[in-house]
This record gives sequence, structure tokens and C-alpha cells, in this order.
Amino acid sequence: MADKSLPSFKGTQEQEQKLLEVIAKNKELPGALLPVLHEAQEIYGYLPIEVQQMVADGLNLSLSEVYGVATFYSRFSLTPKGKHQISVCLGTACYVKGSDKVLDEVEKMLGIKSGECTPDGLFSIDSCRCVGACGLAPVMMIDEEVYGKLTPAEVHKILANYMEREGGTVS
Amino acid sequence: METVHLKINNIPVEVPQGYTILQAAKVANVEIPTLCYLKDINCIGACRVCMVEAQKDGRPLRGLLAACVYPVEEGLEVFTNTPAVIKSRKTTLELLLSNHNKKCLSCVRNQTCELQKLAAEYGVDEDRFPSEEPIYEIDDLSPYIVRDNNKCINCMRCVAACKNVQSISVIGAIQRGFNAHVGSAFDKSLNNAPCVGCGQCVVSCPVGALTEKSQEDKVWEAIADPNKKVLFFTAPSIKATLGEAFGMPIGTNVEGKMAAAIKRLGANVKAFNMDFTADLTIIEEANELVQRIKTGGTLPMFTSCCPGWVKFVEHYYPEFMPNLSTCKSPQAMFGAVLKGYYCQKNNIDPKDVFVVSVIPCTAKKFEATRPQLRSDENYDDVDVALTTRELARMIKRAAINFADLPEEDFDAPFNKATGGGVIFGATGGVLEAALRTAARLLDGDFKKIDFEEVRGPEAVREVTYEVAGVKINVAVTSGLGNARKLLEKIKKGEANYQMVEIMACPGGCINGGGQPTRSDSVSNFVDYKALRSKALYDQDKNSELRVCDDSPIIKMVYDEFFEAPGAEKAHHYLHTSYVARGKYYN
Repeated sequence: MADKSLPSFKGTQEQEQKLLEVIAKNKELPGALLPVLHEAQEIYGYLPIEVQQMVADGLNLSLSEVYGVATFYSRFSLTPKGKHQISVCLGTACYVKGSDKVLDEVEKMLGIKSGECTPDGLFSIDSCRCVGACGLAPVMMIDEEVYGKLTPAEVHKILANYMEREGGTVS
Repeated sequence: METVHLKINNIPVEVPQGYTILQAAKVANVEIPTLCYLKDINCIGACRVCMVEAQKDGRPLRGLLAACVYPVEEGLEVFTNTPAVIKSRKTTLELLLSNHNKKCLSCVRNQTCELQKLAAEYGVDEDRFPSEEPIYEIDDLSPYIVRDNNKCINCMRCVAACKNVQSISVIGAIQRGFNAHVGSAFDKSLNNAPCVGCGQCVVSCPVGALTEKSQEDKVWEAIADPNKKVLFFTAPSIKATLGEAFGMPIGTNVEGKMAAAIKRLGANVKAFNMDFTADLTIIEEANELVQRIKTGGTLPMFTSCCPGWVKFVEHYYPEFMPNLSTCKSPQAMFGAVLKGYYCQKNNIDPKDVFVVSVIPCTAKKFEATRPQLRSDENYDDVDVALTTRELARMIKRAAINFADLPEEDFDAPFNKATGGGVIFGATGGVLEAALRTAARLLDGDFKKIDFEEVRGPEAVREVTYEVAGVKINVAVTSGLGNARKLLEKIKKGEANYQMVEIMACPGGCINGGGQPTRSDSVSNFVDYKALRSKALYDQDKNSELRVCDDSPIIKMVYDEFFEAPGAEKAHHYLHTSYVARGKYYN
């Protein structure tokens, strides 16, 4: 059982200072963990292990308790968003048109699951419900760009393009 | 005390206010099955197996009640076996089994599994709710504990043991719904988490999701090798618990049968008595204590024989590492005695001996791999550390009829020990044995042998003894939650001790994480810790020699090899060092 590799953490002094203030402000409250995690996600955009450790230290909890709460609520994200954010529509029209296969192909090519970010920080995948382009179903968005009428082969071509542009190799 | 009158299955009972239905039923001698409930540890009413029906003033209460958490009230009438109750329990079991890995035949908990027992009792044997089985990777990377979440039923007993008893909380519930599972933060292997390896999670598990990392095969391999001498030794507490694995009453002392069984595992096998190195530990530790007191060394001195406790200090309180006695544990000392003294004396190459300790503990498996314990950098002093459960399985596989064995002695030369070594297996025992020896070191005429004040079930025992004009403040505790409180007290300067004994498991080694699993009805309603300890204290009371330094074997090993307590050679072989580990990583 190998540990998952985690994207490298790039927090600033300023962010840390902010988090410490949030912890100090909430420390004495019963159930302080939830509000602190909310604000921590505001500050960092997500809740990496480094941030959760700071929260655990500050609130005198174990890391597993913090992680349990962070994974219980779907609003908390454990992964940063990538430089390119891929969003595959799983709304009704797209789903009927086979967007699950689109998502499969994206996940396969990047080697990560929906909700995750590649270790190099370049791509993250999410699914969404309808981008208002049902006529083009199935649809995915990469950053602000909408790609429609997709097939897995089409997805492969589009993504390969991005990957090559970023200097990566396509498997 | 205010009491409450109620009826359980029409049997009237009077119980203290605040009792749960489960406790009241026990008073009426009515059993209610439980699964997630563990007395004082896990009382969350989550599994819904203990559901009962109830009525008050002739009117039924709405729905079924969870007996393990529902408090009794005046005039309550409880029914534990109605058709609605049976149907509910059966459905619950069917749902639990729907995504449970049901490879029962070779499961180590086969026949001791609480889920299996309930399934049999309620006639649940087919997949009424066939479902997608989640496939979890088995975590077997640590040298001590294996987690197979495909067998986990999310009862949270392990999580509660780790958090509520040990105050470590290295495992917890992760995610929710169908994806909910138990694991370490960021789903890391236990091997990469700050786990101390005590194994209280393992003995809390009702099913086969948590087991020790089995090393039986390695031992069988060594026994099959004609060029190897396989040297077993058994820790003090094993004699008080091994019988349970063969259906004997809790607290049966099986020392003689245990020695006989081990010798029958193979022609090249010897069975030694680890109580001897418990004696040896005391000689070195009492000497160290007196030195620390006389020379103004770091005090209080903490005992260092419990590897779970030692690792706890290394992870969470490294500032207290100088307080840990530098003495190796009895297991590690025996390894050094065998690969050092014994091999030299008998002209054997240490590479031709295979040292097997039998210990009550999963943390000892980790300890056996500690590089700091090697007396020669080329090999581990202890090759394999087996839990009581593993030894029982080996005896069963060898088709030895344990109950019918004769009582035999351990093998010479390490066959005898004192009562002081025997009581190492119970909380307070190490301190008591050390006091017997230290008192005599300070005052040759000191007569007291029974230091009963340090025994017993209280969470912390603090006593002051006066020997030869020297006041010695001592404290004993067990369970790492209690240990943490004691350390915080010392840190704040609220306590001033010279010596402190700490065992990671509540009650000491007799309740170690490697001991035979017990059903929840035993955990919840039998004082098994007292029964197991009594076996040790009875043996101590009846021992001819009760002070560790009176052992003739101790004299022999110092005369022939270690020179003197605290001497350079003794230091090389019998003492060790510690390493700070950090709070988040192993």
C-alpha cells in the first residue's frame, strides 16, 4: 500500500500568518475545527496536509481527526486546482450522450481522478452539471474554453495538445 | 444512590439510575447482543444490533431502542427478543455482511469473530443484499499491524481505543456514506503514521479487519532448517493468557504446559523463560535509579520495558527522552544474552541461532527491528517476535493437544526466575520488582517484599517510600491516555517523582495488544484484567525467590559475562538509546 503522492505545497508567510490568526480567534470555541477549516480553505484555496497539520497543532487535535472532518464534507477540497482546470459536464443531456466516457478518457490520460490535481500542478479535473451548451453535448471545459460533440478520440487529441504545449509527454 | 425499577422480559429489576438498558438486562441475567459497544471505550449506539422494544404505562415506545446507550427509567418494560427485534437485528446483520469480505475459512478470526457468531445465531448465511464490494488495499507495511478494510464493519471500536484510551488518535473515520472507512490521516499506511504499535485497536476489533503482522511462517521455516537452533522465550504475561486460546478459564496459569508445547514444535527448539531477563532488567534499572538519585541525574526515571510507551515518548514527548531508563526491555536483553553470552559460551555462530520471543504485544514486533538494539551491527538480536495469538496458532497447527500436555520446566540454563520477574506482566509489577531491589541496595536490612500500594486498578497510583533515610516518590500508570495526563502534570511541576512506571496498555502486558482476543461479552462484563493479573501475583507469592537479585542465573551471567550491573560490558549489551520521531510521521 503506497502512499498517494501529494502535489508540492506553496504557501506564503502571509497566508500562514492569516491562518494562525484564525486559529487564535477560534481556539477556545467548542467545535472550532469546522469554522477554522472553512477559513483555512478561503486562505489557501484547498486543504493540503501542511495546512491540516497547522490546524491540528493549533487546535490540539490529531491529524486524523482533522482529516476525518475535511473528507466528510464535500465542500472541502484536499487538492489544489491546476493551472488548467478541466470540467466535464455530467448533466443529463451530456450524460445521455456519453460524457462518462469523456471523463474516463480525461482521467486515464492524466492519471488522476475527478477532484484531483496532477502532481506537477498543471491539470485538475472536476465534473459539473450543465454549462448551458446542451446542443453541443457531450461537453467539457478547459479553463474558459468550451469543447463540444466530444468522443474519447476527440478528447485525446485536445488534451494531447495542451499537454504538449506544457512540455509533457502523452501516454 | 437513587435507583430505578423496571422489567426486562417481565423480570423485575432494581438498578442504579443512569444505567443503560444493556446494564440493567445483565442484572436480570438477560443477554442482549452488541457489536459496536465496548464498555468505557465505545458507547455510540451506532451498529443497531442491540435494539430492543420497550413500553411504559402500557403504551409502547416509538421505534426500537439501542440498549447500549438508552438510559433506564422508572416503570420501563423492556422486551429483548420480540419478532420485531429479531427481524431488525437480522436485517442489520444482512446489511453489514453485504459488503463484508466473507472469506471466513482462513480468516484469523474464524470462530472468534463476533460478526460470524451473530450471523450464526440469527441464521444469516446468504447475500440478501448483494452489493458492490469496495476493494481496499490491505495495509501490511508496518512490522506490527495489518489492516484489511474489506473486512471492516465501521464499528469504530479501534478508533475509540486509539482516541479514548490511548489519546493518540492516529486512526479515524474518513469520508462518508458508502466510502466511509477507517484509516490514518491522508490514508497513509500505519507504517508512515505516528502509531506506537500498542495493538489496542487489534484487541478491540470484533472481526478480522485488524490483525498482527504474522511471522509464524518465518518461524516454521527456521524450525525446518536442521542447521538452525531455534531459541524461544516467553514473556511473563503469556503464561496467564495462553490458556484462553485453548478454551481454558481466564486467569489459568499454563506455564508448564506452555513450555512443554514449545519444546514439541521441533527437535531443534528450546524454550526459555523470559522472566529471567525481567530479573536482569531490574538489576540494571535499580542500579541506574540509585545512580541517578546519588549523582543528581535526570529524574524522574521512567521505565523503558514497554515499547509502545517508548515510541509514544519518541513521537509525542521527545523532551522526556532523557528520563527514560537506558535499560533495554527484557525482550531485547534476552536477544543480547542469547546472541552474545549464550553463543559465546556454547561456541555457536550467532548466525546459526534463530531467536523467537513470544510477547503479549504488537509493539514488540517493531521493537525487534530497532537498530538501536543491535549488540552487533550485522544482525537483529531477536529474529522474530510472536504474539500470544501466533504462538497459539502454531501450537494448533502442530496438532499439539494443549490441554493434555504434562507440565514441564523451561530449558536450562534460562529456566528459573524470581517472583519479581513474574509480576512484570501486570501494571505496577516492574516498579514493585525494582523497589524490592533498590530498597535492598540502599538498605541491606530492608525487609518489605510486597509493595501492594503500587498494585491495583486505579488509573494512577502514587506512593512515597522511605528507605535508609531516602524518600522515594513513585507513580504507576497504564494506558497512554493516563500516561499523557501524568506527563503533563510533571511538565507543569505539579508532581515530583523519582521513578515512574508506565505501560502503554491499560492493566499492563496482561492486556496487551497481542493477547488472545476476547468476546465483547467478556470485555464488557468480566474483569479479565484482574483475573489475568491474579495468576501472576499468585505465582509471585508462591515463589521461593522473590527479589530479582536472588536469582542464581543472574549471578551466573554477571560472573561469566556482563561483569557487574552498569559495567561497560553490561552497558554495551543491556542498554540502548532513543530517537525523536516527530508528531506526524513515523
